[in-house]
Amino acid sequence: MLSYAIRRLLIAIPTLLIVITVAFFMMRIAPGGPFDQERVLPPEIEKNIKAAYDLDKPLPEQYVIYLGKILRGDFGPSIKIRDFTVAELIMAGAPASMQLGLSAIILALVFGVGFGTYAALRQNSAVDFIVMGIAMIGIAVPNFVMAPLLSLVFGLYLSLLPTAGWGDGELKYKILPIIALALPQIAYIARLTRGSMVEVLHSNYIRTARAKGLREKIVVTRHAIRGALLPVVSYLGPATAAVMTGSVVIESIFGAPGIGTYFIKAALNRDYPLVMGVVIVYAVMIILLNFLVDMVYGLLDPKLKSR
Amino acid sequence: MLEAAGTPQEIEGRSLWRDARIRLFRNKAAVGSMIILGIITLMAIFAPMLSPFEYDQIDWGYIQEGPNWENGHIFGTDGNGRDLFIRILYGARVSLAVGLLATSVSLVIGVTYGAVAGYFGGKIDTIMMRFVDVLYSLPFMFFVIMLMVVFGRNIFLIFIALGAVEWLTMARIVRGQTLSIRRREFIEAAHATGVSNFKIIFRHVIPNVLGPVIVYMTLTIPQVILTESFLSFLGLGVQEPLTSWGVLISEGAKVIEASTWMLIYPATFLALTLFCFNFIGDGLRDALDPKDR
Repeated sequence: MLSYAIRRLLIAIPTLLIVITVAFFMMRIAPGGPFDQERVLPPEIEKNIKAAYDLDKPLPEQYVIYLGKILRGDFGPSIKIRDFTVAELIMAGAPASMQLGLSAIILALVFGVGFGTYAALRQNSAVDFIVMGIAMIGIAVPNFVMAPLLSLVFGLYLSLLPTAGWGDGELKYKILPIIALALPQIAYIARLTRGSMVEVLHSNYIRTARAKGLREKIVVTRHAIRGALLPVVSYLGPATAAVMTGSVVIESIFGAPGIGTYFIKAALNRDYPLVMGVVIVYAVMIILLNFLVDMVYGLLDPKLKSR
Repeated sequence: MLEAAGTPQEIEGRSLWRDARIRLFRNKAAVGSMIILGIITLMAIFAPMLSPFEYDQIDWGYIQEGPNWENGHIFGTDGNGRDLFIRILYGARVSLAVGLLATSVSLVIGVTYGAVAGYFGGKIDTIMMRFVDVLYSLPFMFFVIMLMVVFGRNIFLIFIALGAVEWLTMARIVRGQTLSIRRREFIEAAHATGVSNFKIIFRHVIPNVLGPVIVYMTLTIPQVILTESFLSFLGLGVQEPLTSWGVLISEGAKVIEASTWMLIYPATFLALTLFCFNFIGDGLRDALDPKDR
C-alpha cells in the first residue's frame, strides 16, 4: 500500500509538468499579446514593460525562468489586474470556490448514494422508476440551464433566496450555486450507485450474509454498500473535475467571487501569469483528489489490498 | 446494422446482433427516444422549409416578443427580432453535427489506440496506458477553453478538441476488451496463417469489440453536445449569426426574468436530445449485455 501510494505520488510530478508546459506554450504561440489592445506605446516603454515581465526573451528561456519561479512558489504579478500578484488573486478567490466545490461534492455523495441505494433496494418498483427518472433529468439538464432556472424560481417567483450575488458570504447566497453544481453529480452518482448496488445484491457473498441470518439492514450497510461504493469512489475523480469546470460557469452566473471567474477573463485578455496560476491550482487540486480517491479505493477493494 | 431488414421466416441461428436488435426494439424508452431523435434530426435537416423566416432575418415589428401563433413566431423572437424556432433548428444542426463528428474523432483515435495497446500487451501496453492515465488527470476542459480563446472560435477546432478529450475512456474500454479476446483461437489461427498484426487488429480484433464501443459511443454523443453547449454558453463556441443551443441558452439566461421563453425552448431541445441519447445508450447496453440473456 505504501509503495503504491509513493508510486502514485511520483506520477503526479510528470503530470503537473505536462500541464504547465502545455498551458505555457499554448498561451504563448497564440496570436496577440497582453499589450495589444491598448493604445500604441512608444517603443522604448513597450520594451521596458516587456522586459519587466520577461516577455522580451526567447520562448524557451521564458519557460525555464517560469519553471524556476514556480518551483520557488512565485506565480508572478498579474499583467492586467495591476498591483496584484497572481498568488494574491488566487488566495482571494479560493475560499469561495473551495466552499462551493467541496459542499457540492459532499452533497452529491450523500444524496447520490442515498437515492441510489434506496432505488436499488426497491428495484423495479414505482419509487425506483421515479428516482431514476428524476436522475435522468438531472443528467440531461446541464447546470448552466439549471442555474438560471433555480434563480428564477427560488429567487424571483418564491423570493426565498437571493437571485445572485455573494453579500458577505452568508449561507443564503451559497445555497443556489451549490445546488446547481451538485445536481448533475447527484443524478450521476445515484445512477452509478443503483447499478452497482443491484449487481452486488445478487452476488454470492450477499447471499451468504443473508443465509447466515443477518438482518437486511446489516447486510446492506455492512456488506453490500462496501462493494457498491467502488464505482462511485472511482467516479469521484472525474466528478471533482466536472464540478471545478462547472464552477467556472456557476460562479459567473451567480456572481460569486471565485477563481473560476478569473480564468476566462484572463485567457481573453492574454493575462499569461494569471491563466497559468489558475490552471496550475486546478491541476494540483484534481491530481490531489485523484490521489486521495485512489487511496480510498485501495482501502475499500480487498483485491487491491495485497499490492 | 440497426434497421429492421425484412428477415426470412425460415429457422436459422440468431446472431448476437439480431438478438440484440430484437431486445432493443422491445425497450420502449429506447424506441421512443429513437423516434424523437429522428424527428429532431429531420427538423434540423429540413429547417429552411419548416419556417417562413430565415435564421438571421430581423423582424423589426417583433423584437423579443413571446410565442405567438398568429404572426408565425411560434417560439417567439430574440432580442434582435429573429425567429427563435428557426434559430433553434439551426442550433440543432450545429449541436448534432458537433456531437457526431467529435464522437467519430474520439472513436477513431480511441479504438485504434486501445486495440493496439491491448493486442500487443506487455511493455507497449504498460507505456501506452500509463500515458492515458497521465492524460486522464489533466484538467482538460481548461485546455479546451484555452484552445478556443487562443485560436478563436473555429468550429473545426471544436470537433478536434472535443474528440481529443473524449477518446481516453474509449481507449480504456477497447483495451480491456481486446485483452480478453487476444488469446482466443480465431486470433491465433489468423496469426498462424500469416496474417499481419495490422490486419488482425482491424479485421479480427476491432469487429469483435464493437458492442461496448457502440454503447459507449451513444453515451459520448450527449457528452460532446453538452460540452459544446457549455463552450458556447461561455461565448467560445460558434459565431454570430450562426448559432447553437448553448448560445441560445446563454442569450436566454441573460433575459430570463423578462423573456422566459428564450431560455425554456432551447433548453428543452437540448435536454430532450441528451435524454434520448442516454436512453438509447442504456437500451443498447441492456440489449448487448450477454449477462441477462
